[in-house]
Formats: sequence, structure tokens, C-alpha cells
Amino acid sequence: MTDATAGATPAVDPGRKSKSIITTDDNTRRRNRAEKRFQYYGIAAIGVGVFFLLALTFSILRSGLPAFTETAVSLEINLSQEQFDEAESKLLKTGAYEQLFVQALQQQLNAEGEGDVEVEEDAVGRIMGNVGSEIREFYLANQDQLGEPVTFNVPASSRVDRYLNGGLSRESLAESKFLTPEDLDIVDRLVEAGTLTNVIDWDFITGTDSGVDNPGGAGLGASVIGSFFMMLVVLVLSLPIGVAASIYLEEFAPQNKLTDFIEVNISNLAAVPSIVYGILGLAVFIQFAGLPQSAPLVGGLVLTLMTLPTIIISTRASLKSVPPSIRSAALGVGASKMQSVFHHVLPLAMPGILTGTIIGLAQALGETAPLLLIGMVGYVARGYPDGIVSGLMDPNSAMPAQIYTWAARSDPAFYEKAWGGIIILLVFLLAMNALAIILRRKFERRW
Amino acid sequence: MYDADHNRTENRVGQTDIKISAKDVQVYYGTNHAIKDVSVDIQDKTVTAFIGPSGCGKSTFLRCINRMNDTIDIARMEGLIEIDGENIYDKRVDPVQLRAKVGMVFQKPNPFPKSIYDNVAYGPKIHGLAKNKAELDEIVETALRRGAIWDEVKDRLDAPGTGLSGGQQQRLCIARAVATEPEVLLMDEPCSALDPIATSQVEELIDELKQNYSVVIVTHSMQQAARVSQKTAFFHLGNLVEYDDTEKIFTNPQDSRTESYITGRIG
Ligand SMILES: Nc1ncnc2c1ncn2[C@@H]1O[C@H](COP(=O)(O)OP(=O)(O)OP(=O)(O)O)[C@@H](O)[C@H]1O
Ligand SMILES: [Mg+2]
Repeated sequence: MTDATAGATPAVDPGRKSKSIITTDDNTRRRNRAEKRFQYYGIAAIGVGVFFLLALTFSILRSGLPAFTETAVSLEINLSQEQFDEAESKLLKTGAYEQLFVQALQQQLNAEGEGDVEVEEDAVGRIMGNVGSEIREFYLANQDQLGEPVTFNVPASSRVDRYLNGGLSRESLAESKFLTPEDLDIVDRLVEAGTLTNVIDWDFITGTDSGVDNPGGAGLGASVIGSFFMMLVVLVLSLPIGVAASIYLEEFAPQNKLTDFIEVNISNLAAVPSIVYGILGLAVFIQFAGLPQSAPLVGGLVLTLMTLPTIIISTRASLKSVPPSIRSAALGVGASKMQSVFHHVLPLAMPGILTGTIIGLAQALGETAPLLLIGMVGYVARGYPDGIVSGLMDPNSAMPAQIYTWAARSDPAFYEKAWGGIIILLVFLLAMNALAIILRRKFERRW
Repeated sequence: MYDADHNRTENRVGQTDIKISAKDVQVYYGTNHAIKDVSVDIQDKTVTAFIGPSGCGKSTFLRCINRMNDTIDIARMEGLIEIDGENIYDKRVDPVQLRAKVGMVFQKPNPFPKSIYDNVAYGPKIHGLAKNKAELDEIVETALRRGAIWDEVKDRLDAPGTGLSGGQQQRLCIARAVATEPEVLLMDEPCSALDPIATSQVEELIDELKQNYSVVIVTHSMQQAARVSQKTAFFHLGNLVEYDDTEKIFTNPQDSRTESYITGRIG
């Protein structure tokens, strides 16, 4: 070992060489190398993780962002009282409005110098659906707007959408009967004239699911409300039950076979696949207790069962991490067991409990499988928003179940909606995690 | 119940009253017999030191006096301990009430992670000792003065108790213990985490406290026992080997085991 140092430091005493600490010996060098290597492994692992995260984020954003926009024709129409009366006197009233729309559209194209195509009613119907009824409804409700210019934003069909963002080619569209090449010419002219533009599709965020034939109209809003109600149920039930159970088990329960048994089973429950909870919920809450199918209340109950073990485990862990000396200190000045727990132990365990709870909730928010079994899936809301906002017992869907439904539909336009839904879901999850971090910070401030 | 008067007259030592009287106390941790047949009378307004080698049961016996052993699942106690002639293990006794009367200071300073003020005020608050804020303020000040720490913390009562130095923390814990107006103060190696200066501060404090309380202190330091206590009990392997005036124990021990221990041959 001292060989390496022999040259550098001449030994004073030939019998016993003093070791230099300037030159590193073999053993130290080996140890340092191992340490370096381990650090590289760690960095590589983090690199892989970050790479996947970035790739995932990129692909989600790329596929999902188009779901938040739609192509819409914005057109200024100036309808006079006479035109309105005339249209209302016709037999086919919406047809009359559609004609007016087509005329206005043609005028705008001519004005922009793109008038070399003839816009006809059928083509408009294929490109934009039934615009007439929308215009009529507006003027029936707002008769005071007659005689003044009004700008209408009429969404184009999802195929036009996808044609414009490159999802569908002219050739593939030509094979289907939905849009003719002439229609696409009109679309191109409208784009050049600046009439057909990309706007944010608020309906996707606030709206409700549509039928399988109308991907453009599908929205996540109803299921956001469904998820919200479920989370409410989960929070209201699982936080008090979970915390009370943990406090009892951790602070009060005697150490015996029964509590050991309970402990082991709680850990086991945390590992039970969520679909098992779903079928349990179906059997107990719907078939036995007779609660309504597809209701957020039932979903919330099932997710509560699922979340409880997570909350109990994390709460117990954070109670355990409170030093026992705090408990003896409280008992020592004559606090009762309950006072020592509620005045001293619980406040210290709070950040851990809250983090655990929010993580449990986030897990529940993203859970799909149990919802499939209790029928919270594929629901097309009627009478939205009134019908859904009214409560826990009305049939609804939840975000992940809605995303699953869209992904399972055959029309590829729904695929984009599914990705968009995932973005919204992730935004909620990130918000919850941020909340967990904020709460943690806030409570930890108190030493 | 027990005949208190009879007990008192019989065990009177000197002029001081018997505060705590233990008879044939046995403590088991599961099958481990940790305290064997300990009988001892502890006097009021006196400092009593428990000494003995590690693991001999000093802390265990101390914890019997305020029933802190109740919180250990496997601990089982037999025998009789009386404070002022009342059996503290009587079914009617609420350990919470007992612990207000018998304060405890632990080996490791364990202030609550709250402000200095709240640390001291907590006990009086839960026992309803103060009717209003002004009274509570007064109790806190008195307790901190008795804990010989008032001058150091009077300007920062809102600061966290955990932010003090080890010695200050221990004195804060003593202040916290005396704030509930106990009659007995149990101290389990209160100076083991302290430097010599803090130790001497705490020792001075103990000397003052004995005017009002019956103080029982567990210590590993022979010098400390000799300095602060009037009575000393020597424990060995769960037995109370010898209990007498401190002076006598250190100058003229009756038992050979005591002699070996204080001269450093066992332990
Ligand atoms: N919580 C407990 N559970 C089980 N056994 C215990 C417990 N506390 C103490 N014991 C046992 O009881 C015996 C006496 O312990 P005790 O803590 O009273 O000793 P001690 O005299 O205070 O020692 P030290 O001077 O090291 O503090 C030891 O054998 C110990 O192993
Ligand atoms: Mg001890």
C-alpha cells in the first residue's frame, strides 16, 4: 500500500514508512471510482426519466392541443326587419336563414377577391352543418339586433378541421361521401379570405359528450363535474374515516393479534386491483343497496373504498414519524391521551396526512376501471348543464371514463378528443399536486 | 383503603413528611422482571437521588410514580404506591390528574414545537389554572423564573422552544413541569444532555425547587447525587439495595454492592 508513496516521500525511519495523504492509495482510488460510477448511474437514471417525461409531454401536447381549437367561419351578417319577417313567413324557415348566410358568405368572398368559386347551400351544409337554425334562434331571441351588423362564429365540421390541420388529405376525403372536392375548394378560398379561422373551442372544456357521429361537438365539461362530485364524496368520507382509523390504530389500539391482522389487511387492501373495487361497488351499492347506476355518489363510494388504505397508510406513517418524546412530554404535564394526540401529534403529522390524502385523491381522480363497472361511462348528457349540476344522484361520467369512451370510438376524430381530455385531466392532477406541496410548506412552517 | 395516618407515623424520618410511599413494587415488561420488591419512602421537600448501573430499573421505577408506565403496553405493575396516603393505582385515580400533581422532566429535553410561551402555558391551560390571559401570563413568568431561564427568554417568548440551546431547552422543560403546580417533580437524568455550565444551573435550580417540591432525580453522576440530594437510593438489577441519607451512602455504605458501585468497581 505504501509503495506508491515511497518515491514521493522519502522515509525518515526505514522501519516504518509514514503514509502521505497527498497521493491517494489504491484502496481510496478504487472507492472514489465506485462512488463516481454510482453517481453516473444515478444521473443516467434521471436522464432516462426526464427523457420519457419530455417525450410523453410532447406527444400529449401535440396530439391533444388540436382538441382545444376548432375551425369556425366568422361572418358578419346584417339582417333587416324586412328580411327577418320574410324569412319567418316562409314554410322552411331555417332554409331561408341558410340562404341569407350563403349570400353573405359569397359576398364576403367576392369582397376579398376570392369569388371565383360559387358557394352553394348544400356545400355549406356539408362544411358547416345546419347553420340556418342557429342564426334563426339568435334572431328570435335578440330581435333588437335586427338592422345592426352581427358577427357569427359558426364551427366547421370536424372533417374540415382535420383537413386543414393535415389530418386528412384531399384524396382520402374524395373517397368518402362527406365532402366533395368542390367543397374543399370553397374551404380553401374561405381560409384565404380569412373567414375560416382557428378559434378556441370552449365547448370542449365546458360542454358535454356528443353522439358517436359528432366528434366536433364533444366536450369534457359534464364529466369534469362528475369527477368533481366524486372527489367531493371521496374527500368527505375518506379523510375523516381514514384519519380516525389511523389515529386509533397508531395511538390507542393495544398491540395484539387482532390489530396486527387489521394492519396486514390494510396493507393488502392497498394492493387490490381497482377493478375489484368496481365489481364490489356494483354488487353492494347498486344491486344490494339499490343506489342509482352511473351516479357520482356510487362512484365516489367505490373510490372511497379504494382511497382509504392509501390514506390510512400514509397517515399512520406520518403519525409514526412524530417523535415519541412529544407524546411523553404532553402526557408528562398531565394531558390526556386525546389531548396529546390532537394538540401535539396531529398538528405535526398534518403535512404528511394532507400529502397522503391529496395523493390518494389524485389516484382516485385518474381511476377508470371501477367506473366502467358501475356504469359511469359513455353517457350522453341531455339537458346539460341543468341535469348534471343538480347533483350526486344523476347519471354522469367522469374524466378518465370519458377519455376511455372517446378512445374506444371508431371515428379517429375522437382520438384527438381523448388526447385533449388527457391534457385536462393532467392539469387537474398537477393542480392537486401543487396544492399538496403548498399545504405541506404552509404547515411545515410551524416548526 | 389504606390507613394513611398509621403509615405516616411509622415512617416518619427526621422532621419531614413522607410524600411518596412504595410497598413491594414489582414491574414486569412481558416476562422481564424489571423491578423486584422495591419498598421506599420518599420525603417531602427533599431531593432524592436514584443511582445504579444502567438497566437496573431506575427509570422504570420513576415512571411508576406518575404512571407513565401505563402507556407501555407490555408493562405490568404490582404492589402499592401512595402519594399523601392515596393509592395512585386505585381504580378511581385518573392518571391525567395524577400527572398534574407529579410533574416529570425527561432525559432528553423535549419542548413542544411551539413557542416558548405556549410550551409553559400548555399545562396550566389544559388544567384550567388560569382564568384569563393576565393570570396565564403571570403563571408563565413565574414558571420561567423558577426554571431559571426567564432572563434569557423574556424578550422572545414567541420564538420556538425548539430553537433554544440544549441546556435552555431542559430548563424550559423544567419550567413547563413546574407551571402546573405539581407537588412532586420526577427528573430522569435531566443533565445528561447538558454541558457543565448548564448542569450547574439545573443543579442550582433543583436545590431551590426542593423548598416547594419533593424532587426525585435519576442520575449517573455520583458527584451530582452527592451535590444535590439529601437521600440516595441505590438500585441494582431491579432491587433497591440501599436507601439512606446521601452522606451516609457515600461515606459509609452498608452494602458491598453499593460500595463497589460508588467506588467505580461495578456498573
Ligand atoms: N419500554 C420497555 N419495554 C421493555 N423493556 C423495557 C422497557 N423499558 C425498560 N425495559 C427494561 O427494563 C429494565 C430496566 O430499564 P430502565 O430503563 O428502568 O433502566 P435504567 O436504570 O433507567 O437504565 P439507564 O440508566 O440506562 O437509563 C431493562 O432491562 C430494560 O431492558
Ligand atoms: Mg433510564
